[in-house]
Amino acid sequence: MTTARTDARRRPALRRLLTDPQAMVSASLLTVVVLLGLLAPALTDHGANQANLDAVNVGIGDHGYLLGGDKSGRDILARLLYSINTSVVSALIGASIALAIGITSGLIGGYFGRRVSGAAEWLFSLIMTFPGLLLLIILMPVTKGDYRATMVVFGVLLSPGIYRLVRNLVLGVKNELYVDAARVSGLPDRRILRRHVLTVVRGPVIIATAFLAGSSIAVQSGLAFLGLGSSTVPSFGAMISEGFTNLYEEPLQFLWPSLVLGIITASLVLLGNALRDALEGGRPQPVRIVTTTGYRPPAAEGDAVTKLLTVNDLAIAYPTPTGELKEVVSGVTLSVAAGETLGLVGESGSGKTQTAFAALGVLPAEAVVIRGSIRLDGRELLGLSERELRAVRGTSIAYVPQEPMSNLDPSCTVGAQLVEGVRAAMPMSRGEARKRVLALLARCGIPDPERTFRSYPHQISGGMAQRVLIAGAVAGRPLLLIADEPTTALDVTVQAEVLDLLRDLQKDLNMAVLLVTHNFGVVADICGRVAVMREGTVVETGTTEELFAVPKHPYTRGLLNSVLDETTLRTDPPAASADALETEKR
Amino acid sequence: MTVYLLRRLTAGLALAVLVTMITFLLLSTSFDDVAGSVLGNGAAPHQIAAQKAQMGLDRPVAVQYADWLAHAVRGDLGASYFTSEPVRSAITARLGVTLSIVVVALLATSVISVALGVAAAARGGAVDRFAQGAAMIGYVVPSLLVAIALVYVFAIKMHVFPATGYTDFSESPSRWAGSIAIPVVALMMGGVAGLTSQIRGAMIGELRKDYVRTLRTRGIPTHSIVLRHALRNAAGPALTVLSLEFLQMLGGALIIEQIFALPGFGQYAFNASLQGDVPIIMGISLFGVLLVVAVNLVVDLLGGWLNPKARMVR
Amino acid sequence: MSTVLEVGDLRVAYPGRGFRGRPHEVLHGVSLTVGQGETLGVVGESGSGKTTIGRSVLGLVAPSGGTVRFQGHDITRAGRKERRALARDIQVVFQDPYSSLNPGLTIGDILSEPLIVQGTAAGEARHRVAELLDQVGLPKNASQRLPREFSGGQRQRVAIARALAPAPRLIVCDEPVSALDLTTQARVLDLLVDIQRRTGVAYLFISHDLTVIRHVSHRVSVIHQGNIVETGPAGEVTTTPEHPYTQRLLLAAPVPDPTEQRRRREARQRL
Repeated sequence: MTTARTDARRRPALRRLLTDPQAMVSASLLTVVVLLGLLAPALTDHGANQANLDAVNVGIGDHGYLLGGDKSGRDILARLLYSINTSVVSALIGASIALAIGITSGLIGGYFGRRVSGAAEWLFSLIMTFPGLLLLIILMPVTKGDYRATMVVFGVLLSPGIYRLVRNLVLGVKNELYVDAARVSGLPDRRILRRHVLTVVRGPVIIATAFLAGSSIAVQSGLAFLGLGSSTVPSFGAMISEGFTNLYEEPLQFLWPSLVLGIITASLVLLGNALRDALEGGRPQPVRIVTTTGYRPPAAEGDAVTKLLTVNDLAIAYPTPTGELKEVVSGVTLSVAAGETLGLVGESGSGKTQTAFAALGVLPAEAVVIRGSIRLDGRELLGLSERELRAVRGTSIAYVPQEPMSNLDPSCTVGAQLVEGVRAAMPMSRGEARKRVLALLARCGIPDPERTFRSYPHQISGGMAQRVLIAGAVAGRPLLLIADEPTTALDVTVQAEVLDLLRDLQKDLNMAVLLVTHNFGVVADICGRVAVMREGTVVETGTTEELFAVPKHPYTRGLLNSVLDETTLRTDPPAASADALETEKR
Repeated sequence: MTVYLLRRLTAGLALAVLVTMITFLLLSTSFDDVAGSVLGNGAAPHQIAAQKAQMGLDRPVAVQYADWLAHAVRGDLGASYFTSEPVRSAITARLGVTLSIVVVALLATSVISVALGVAAAARGGAVDRFAQGAAMIGYVVPSLLVAIALVYVFAIKMHVFPATGYTDFSESPSRWAGSIAIPVVALMMGGVAGLTSQIRGAMIGELRKDYVRTLRTRGIPTHSIVLRHALRNAAGPALTVLSLEFLQMLGGALIIEQIFALPGFGQYAFNASLQGDVPIIMGISLFGVLLVVAVNLVVDLLGGWLNPKARMVR
Repeated sequence: MSTVLEVGDLRVAYPGRGFRGRPHEVLHGVSLTVGQGETLGVVGESGSGKTTIGRSVLGLVAPSGGTVRFQGHDITRAGRKERRALARDIQVVFQDPYSSLNPGLTIGDILSEPLIVQGTAAGEARHRVAELLDQVGLPKNASQRLPREFSGGQRQRVAIARALAPAPRLIVCDEPVSALDLTTQARVLDLLVDIQRRTGVAYLFISHDLTVIRHVSHRVSVIHQGNIVETGPAGEVTTTPEHPYTQRLLLAAPVPDPTEQRRRREARQRL
């Protein structure tokens, strides 16, 4: 789904750029400034270094100096216009050197073997250790103060950034199966690089170019400000420096170059950001990890509450890009009795996980609950604040996720994560919590609890990680365990063991389990009752035996029929040779 | 751990040798000018040749470099061609000034960026708009102009801080703080912008991850999820950015010192470079690399402490 | 029945982590054969090395030992040029229909690219693309559309069409249906079987799912921790397996029948 979304953005990128005010304004400003620089000889009669002793510090319009003269009697306007050219040349040199080196080595380092990339990596980390500006300054005797030579060096100093960017992008694409498929199809490397790799690299490189140009201009002006470089080259830096010493008498002499330099660098940054938004989609939006308490269900009618969990007519929607709401769950009604296991079955996109998240109060912030109610042991959960929910979670309702690895904090030991959870559910000392966690790990079938306790998530296997998550979920002896595809990411042999564990724990703790799954085998193994979901609604509910024996709803029947039959075995012999077939056809 | 440290230190020293070697090689192309500038304007070619021979600059480059290195290892970095001031003591005397502003700016940048970035990512709304706006301004306005504007407003117009000059910390901590306040703020602008956006982005990425949801379902308080779990995971990439910011700030400090007339590394390097004072340039490149190596080592150690996986690879 | 693919004592080692990391062997001498028009199912769990077998046959990983022979020719260390020629005979269908199609190219481009590289004229390629789309049951106008406009099952049909484009002798199917919904799984498997009957192509069919394997395979090899532990006719291996690992694998897979599943579970727990 993510792939689909990024791609949807990519196509009309150009059109979006053309209608984006930020992009258009900054691009036009840049164009105007560059044109002014190019037209400098036509716009002013004076040279940048042509001094007229009568015109020292003259005011605006005096002596034919449109913006006045500086302290050496030179035309400020002429100097400004010619300084633009210096900046443009600096940007062109700095950016093109950085791009040429960075892209070439990035493509090579990313696409070809480890040895090549190792050498490139080493070289670029070396370049990266140079403090750039310091190096430019101490190399001044070598560059002889020529700003163009300086910019060549600066381009080299900027190249590691581009190299890293390109290499990482290429490494990313290289792992895409479509590049493997292209290689299997016999495409030469050249063609793969051009057609499949360069297209991915293009966008980010265009964005980076704007920033490269900006920093080249900034560094050139900074060096000129310091007085490094030839004094005959007109430059904003030199002008600002002169204006700075003359700040009290003639503040305008400082203002003009600062203004133009400011406009150029600001336009480049703004253009870069606009390009990023257009090519890579908007910047990520913040995530509030609290429950949105927008919807409060009306007070329950006085029906007797017999079930542990009752979901009634629940509807959840997400805003679409056009601003309308799209329902993903539309009127789900189901209930789980204390101590029973309910399977919630459906195909991907049927809304089963959204229903589970709603019961836990962990729907993404952008989700909107439109109507319905979720009651746990008679208490309405919808509309509770994060603080109130926190009291319910862990002790009354708990969660086992699908992907064991991504659901553990990678930089925290297993033990620390579990201890924190236990102490959040039941106040106790660290030592007590530790003992309890070790006992839980042992209970959940982990062979060496002490060792697992000390381990980081990446040091244990997927099956172990899922046991750890189950231990964390049952730590507070919850009344209801919501397990979302708890075995889908596991191998069959491990799946069987984890299902056994869940079954045992459920019996021991007498807890209810809401098991979200798409696998009818898992349902048959562990569930007492089943609810079948399709397109956001529950189409059929019944005991597992009934549902498998006599499915009532056509959709359930269809699903069960499409399950690959356990008894079907391929019986036809290997097919005849293709050549024989082809001759037959002719 | 000790093995790792030793390995990193050896690599750092090797890097210092390599960098100074390259610098020396590049500088050797301009030795004629160096001898010329020692003699002053209008020196005849034979005088320059004689001067070069006297300074030992006519020997093979490799020999000259080996000679420099042999002395450098013993802590002798030579003396300035022009003032005969010993390079090592001159640099260490000026290092304090530069390090004061860079280190203070780096620490302040980290604190402000973490606070802004985390608040923007986890709270959104007005805080987020403020953080993004501030970052944008930091990016857009050249720090050169910021520095001058700050001097104009706070020193020249309002007389809150001294416009130029430096007071040593040991002399008067409060005047020291006053003398570096504006330079530090000017130096921080770009860094805060970059690091805030980086932390905001990384935090948003972390907060969307599965483990955050799982921790929520255990009843763990939000502040613990944000600060103990998500921030710790987001801090790794931010550290890399911080070490790059250090390089940037070291460069920026050179310009800032010039504006505020601070007697630091920058001015010294700047004058030496204009004159072609080879011993000073070599000394500065050595100190520059050693500084970077030290900072990178600290950053790596911090990164290892934050990220157990990185620790394993070693 | 002549042999299309013959893998003998195949070993693959991945380079170790870091500078001096020791290589890590994932296949410890695997042998198998696939005959013309035959499907050999390779079943194993994650980390068993089953995907690596497929990738070595395709030339995407370099074996550290053993041989891969295609129609009698040794292709273990085939060069770039030889590989390009082999692309006509050996093709692939990957597991993930989302990452196996370049999101920026139209279906038509995706399907015609390998044909054009092999020297087919543009007009002829267009004709062949239409034929392929028809063969995998996709509408003709599909060729102007982008992958994102299609569902997972349809994308997998595109991937199958791409594999069929050069009329290959062997297709490596690496978990081709495990990313699909139940209802789609069966249809894609039927399509694969149907194509085999019509074209006589051979499949090296890799999966973790015994049920899927039974559905399409003539013969089955069971791989465990880099070794093949059992090979035989599909019926025997998947109903009365000899090796204890295969027995465990068989009993661990839950069946969609509560009564039968209870029996299986008890049998497994006794094991």
